[in-house]
Amino acid sequence: MTPADVVFLFLGAVTLGSAVLVVTTRQLVHAALWLVVTFGALAASYLLLTAEFVAWVQVLIYVGAVVVLLLFGIMLTRAPIGRSEGLDSANRPVAIAVAAATAALLVTVVVAGFREAYVELGDPPAGTSGQMGASIFRTWVLPFEVLSLLLLAALIGAIVLSRREIQPPGESSDERPTERPTGPGRG
Amino acid sequence: MHIVYPAVVAALLFSVGVYGVLARRNAILVLMSVELMLNAVNLNLVAFDVWLGDALRGGQVLTLFVIVIAAAEVGLGLAIVLLVFRNRQTVQIDALRDLADRDAEPAERPEQVSTEIS
Amino acid sequence: MTTSLLAAPPATPLAAGEAPTLEAFGLDPWWLILAKAVLIFVFLMLMVLFEIWFERRFMARMQNRLGPNRVGPLGLLQPIADGLKLPLKEDLVPRGVDRPVFILAPALATMPAFLAFAIIPFGPTVSVFGHQTPLQLADLPVAVLFVLAMSSLGVYGIVLGGWASASPYSLLGGLRSSAQVISYEIGMGLSFVAVFLFAGSLSTSEIVASQERIWYAVVLFPSFVIYAITMVGEVNRIPFDLPEGEGELVGGFHTEYSSLKFGMFMLAEYVNMTTVSALAVTLFLGGWRAPWPISLVDGANAGWWPVLWFMIKLLLTISFFIWLRATLPRVRYDQLMKLGWKVLIPGALAWIMVVATIRVLRNEGISTQQVFFAVAIVLGIYIVASYLWDAVRGNRRDAEEQEATAAERAGAGDSTGGDPMAGGYPVPPLDAPHYHGRNSTSKEVNRA
Repeated sequence: MTPADVVFLFLGAVTLGSAVLVVTTRQLVHAALWLVVTFGALAASYLLLTAEFVAWVQVLIYVGAVVVLLLFGIMLTRAPIGRSEGLDSANRPVAIAVAAATAALLVTVVVAGFREAYVELGDPPAGTSGQMGASIFRTWVLPFEVLSLLLLAALIGAIVLSRREIQPPGESSDERPTERPTGPGRG
Repeated sequence: MHIVYPAVVAALLFSVGVYGVLARRNAILVLMSVELMLNAVNLNLVAFDVWLGDALRGGQVLTLFVIVIAAAEVGLGLAIVLLVFRNRQTVQIDALRDLADRDAEPAERPEQVSTEIS
Repeated sequence: MTTSLLAAPPATPLAAGEAPTLEAFGLDPWWLILAKAVLIFVFLMLMVLFEIWFERRFMARMQNRLGPNRVGPLGLLQPIADGLKLPLKEDLVPRGVDRPVFILAPALATMPAFLAFAIIPFGPTVSVFGHQTPLQLADLPVAVLFVLAMSSLGVYGIVLGGWASASPYSLLGGLRSSAQVISYEIGMGLSFVAVFLFAGSLSTSEIVASQERIWYAVVLFPSFVIYAITMVGEVNRIPFDLPEGEGELVGGFHTEYSSLKFGMFMLAEYVNMTTVSALAVTLFLGGWRAPWPISLVDGANAGWWPVLWFMIKLLLTISFFIWLRATLPRVRYDQLMKLGWKVLIPGALAWIMVVATIRVLRNEGISTQQVFFAVAIVLGIYIVASYLWDAVRGNRRDAEEQEATAAERAGAGDSTGGDPMAGGYPVPPLDAPHYHGRNSTSKEVNRA
């Protein structure tokens, strides 16, 4: 065991522990916070694997934007402070079984296949910004462009979805739910 | 570093995500679980890319692409969730079964209409 | 930890006064790194004290007042008196808040602001007790990305503080800030791209080194303007201080905070201001390099002198913030979003295209000036046209909306029912304490 192995195992434990908390906690906002811990630990793992650029992009996009968006959604859908009831559905035992089976299968395969795989880290670093830039804009430029198109489509889609005045013909735009005071989470 | 460590962590993280997607009812928590699964894939990609030492950096580039797709996915997903919340006042995914392909049992109709679960 | 992860093959020690490159980092002995970290911390704390005093005095002069002048000479000790007073106040934690998050939030707001300063270069390589070392705690090949990541972490303190307070004002402030910081961070990131294109590096020391001939604020003026606007939005200062706008939201996200926790939010705001100002100096204003006439003097860019130039530039940038605060009113929220998404981001994208085109053409040996003018004209037409289009369309839309709201008011009286998407804009529910599930407890208390 090299020091890198020890550090990675620690980070992996943090990742998995907080991930488990994400899917088990009874408080919505705390789930988002544990998700931040998971992503942070993963970013540290990438740093350890010398994938520096990916690590900071992970922090920037996942921690900085995706989870903030999720928090935004949580707050707009009226998450209560404290425990919320009914975050887990009735098929929890089945979910546990499926997840355990997935874990068993994947871990068995991975351990069987890569028990001996070993990489010397650090020299040279695997993912500096220069290398990444060169390879994205030379080799992978077509997927990159396609991806930009996808992002644009997603952006437009999100705008269209959240505008009220765009509706199928025949429906009036003033149609809004009237029985609001009886929404969930009251009383 | 032994590559099997990140691989095992990624496999377990993926299973945690699978559990979350199957067991959670809140749509936003399901989105979070999907993110966990995507991140498990990312960890795999980075680890094996470092292991292979590929000159094209395929694994890491693909990781960046997955991150971008995840951002797009969350943006759209949240727009949908907020729209659903606006119309139904709930984000409990098992309460949203209007599109389900089931035998129309008259006894079940009232339960469907009332979106109040909590 | 970051320094140990740097690609740092043993390089030859640099002579004093040379601009450091990436290889110069990661060679310091541990005590020097520690001393640098402590010094940066102390520097930031002193800057906060100074900024509070400076802001009050400077603004007072602009408004024909004197400002604080009782404690110490020229009122210089006023911020210290304030700083001592704050922790001695009663630390209120309202009932019904999410305690761990409520306590965590101020710390989360403060820490990233301090961390981001680690990569700001204060000066060139100097000699400290016989060690040649750059005046910069750490440098990364992706240093600017690190700053962006840290500034995006800073939003957590505000969002979580706003949410955990269980108050509608705080919640509104937190929501506003999350949307604002994400939007303005895109513009900020895009404004950096042109700098990266010119400098060919993301490391701050190399960006400073590449501005030896001319500042990027001159060459990349549009980028600088975009950054100057987005940096104000990023640190929630007037005119973009909507998350805490006291005219509308009492105190916004920190309404429920008191004592030391409130002090930490204040600290975070001022440290953030210092950080983005220092970043503006580093990326656009030549960093620690002497301004033009002085730079002709031999030795102006050597030894400890650059720290002076850096400080002067930093203070000027900070005065710009204060000047803005004394001059401009707060913008409306939809104006803020419109500016961010419809002007800054498209403008930044167009400018990046222009810069990239010019770089390519220069690489191919075509005279750049003609191309530059042609592109500048096209860009100008585009910006003017987009403004006009938006203005015309916006007016029409406003009129329609007014009609619609008038009709609505005539029809139904209670349009303030708390629709989360009232008028097409996402509005958080205004009955927050109720849905926060505190209804039952308050009833119980009433009963008891």
